[in-house]
Amino acid sequence: MSQAAEVECLLFVAGEPLQLADLARAMQCDPMDVEEALRELQVELGARGSGLQVLAIAGGYQLATRTEYADTVARLAARSDSRLSRAALETLAVIAYRQPTTQPEIEAVRGVSVGGVLKTLQERRLIVDAGRKATMGRPILYVTTQEFLHYFGLKEIADLPPLDDADVSAIVGKVAASAQPAPRSGGADPQEPGTAPQDDAPIGEASS
Amino acid sequence: MLSAARSLLFRLPAYEGPLDLLLQLIRKSKVDIYDIPIAEITRQYMATVELWQSMDLAVAGEYLVMAATLVEIKSRLLLPAPPPAEGDDTEEDPRAELVRRLVEYERYASVVDGLKGLESYRRDLYFRAAMEDPEAYLLPVPEAALDGRALLAALQRALEAAGVKDALVTAVVPRRRLSLRMKMAEVLRRLRSSAEGALFSDFFEVPCRRYEIVLLFLAVLELLRVGKVRAVQRNPLADIRLTAVQEAA
Repeated sequence: MSQAAEVECLLFVAGEPLQLADLARAMQCDPMDVEEALRELQVELGARGSGLQVLAIAGGYQLATRTEYADTVARLAARSDSRLSRAALETLAVIAYRQPTTQPEIEAVRGVSVGGVLKTLQERRLIVDAGRKATMGRPILYVTTQEFLHYFGLKEIADLPPLDDADVSAIVGKVAASAQPAPRSGGADPQEPGTAPQDDAPIGEASS
Repeated sequence: MLSAARSLLFRLPAYEGPLDLLLQLIRKSKVDIYDIPIAEITRQYMATVELWQSMDLAVAGEYLVMAATLVEIKSRLLLPAPPPAEGDDTEEDPRAELVRRLVEYERYASVVDGLKGLESYRRDLYFRAAMEDPEAYLLPVPEAALDGRALLAALQRALEAAGVKDALVTAVVPRRRLSLRMKMAEVLRRLRSSAEGALFSDFFEVPCRRYEIVLLFLAVLELLRVGKVRAVQRNPLADIRLTAVQEAA
C-alpha cells in the first residue's frame, strides 16, 4: 500500500475539496506525509500522462480533469452554469478585494446600484452576508465564499490576481503626474504542493 | 434589396454605469485621466446620454447625476478661483474627487478580465459530483471548523429540502407579566420560610432567562436597601447567604 494511492482513493471518492487535515485523519498519518503523498501522486499522474490532476482549490485538494481534455469531457457532460455578467464580475471584484464590504460601499465604487446583482451572487452562493457593519443604517457586510474560490479555481483569496495599487490619496490635490501602479505582493505566493506548475501559468493569460 | 426595417441593426455599446462610460470616453479621446479636459468630455458625455434619450431608451438616474456633476465641475473651473483662505495652501482641483472615483473604479474594473480568464480556465476543469448523502461522511467535523455561516447554510439547505424555503419564521414572544414588586415578594416569602435563609445561587433555576436574572438581582438589592433582608458572605467570591430580617413583632 502506498500513501500516494491512499490519497488518490480519498480524492477520487470525496467529490469536493478535502483539506490536508481531513486527508491526514483518514490516512491516520501526519499532514506532512499527506503533502508528500500529494506531490508523489501528482508526479505519478503526470508521468503516465493521466487525464487527471491534483488541484489545490477552495482551501483543499481535489481531483480534476486536465484542461486539455475539456472538449472531450464536454461532449459527455454539459459545462457548468452560465458565465457571470460583467456587472456581476465587477461587483464580485469589489467584494473580493475589500471584504467585508457593504452595498453602499460597492455602489460608491461602481457608481451604480447593485441590489439585483448582490441577490444573484447570493443565490449562486458566491457571496454571503457576514453580519452588519456598525455604522449608520447597519448595512449588511458581504464576504466571498468557498464556492467563490471554487468557481474561479482558486485555492485561497490571496491567489486572486493582484489589484493595481494606484496611490489614490496622491491624486487628491492638483496632480497631473501619473501615479506609478505598484503591483502589490504579486509573484510572492509560494508554489502550492500538489499543484503542477503548468496549472498556474496559463491562468492569467487565458483571456484576451 | 432587404426591407429597410430588417437591415436596420443597431449595436449600442454597453456601459456598466456612468463611471464606465466616462472612462471609455477618456480612453477614446486619448487624454490623461489626471488632466481631464472637462468641457470636451462633458460634451461627449451629454451627447451620449442625449442619443439614448432620442432613441427613447430609459436613462438610469445615475447617468443624470453624473451629468449634473460634470456640469458643476465645468462651471467651477470657469469661475475665478476664490482667494485662498489663510493658511490653506492646498487649493483643490474641482476635478480631484471625480478623478479619485474614476481611478478607484478602474482598479476594480481592470481585474474583471483576469477574473473572466479564471472563469474560463475553471470551466475547462471537471470534478466528480459531491457525495449525495452528507451523512455518509465518516470523518468527524473538527471542533470550531464550522462557523456560523456554515451552520446557517446547512439550516437553509435543510429548510429547502423540507420545502419551507420561503416560509416566514414566526414566533410569538409572550409578554412577561413579572414585576420587580412580585419578585421581591417571592424572594422574601422564600427566605422567611426557613430560619437559615437561602443561598443567593439557589434562586437561579437553570435554564435562567436573562430577564429573570436581572430582575432577581434588582429584587435582592432593593430588599437589602429597605432592610428586609440581610446578606452574609464569608469570604470573597464565596456564595452569599441571604436571610430574612425578623420583623419586630
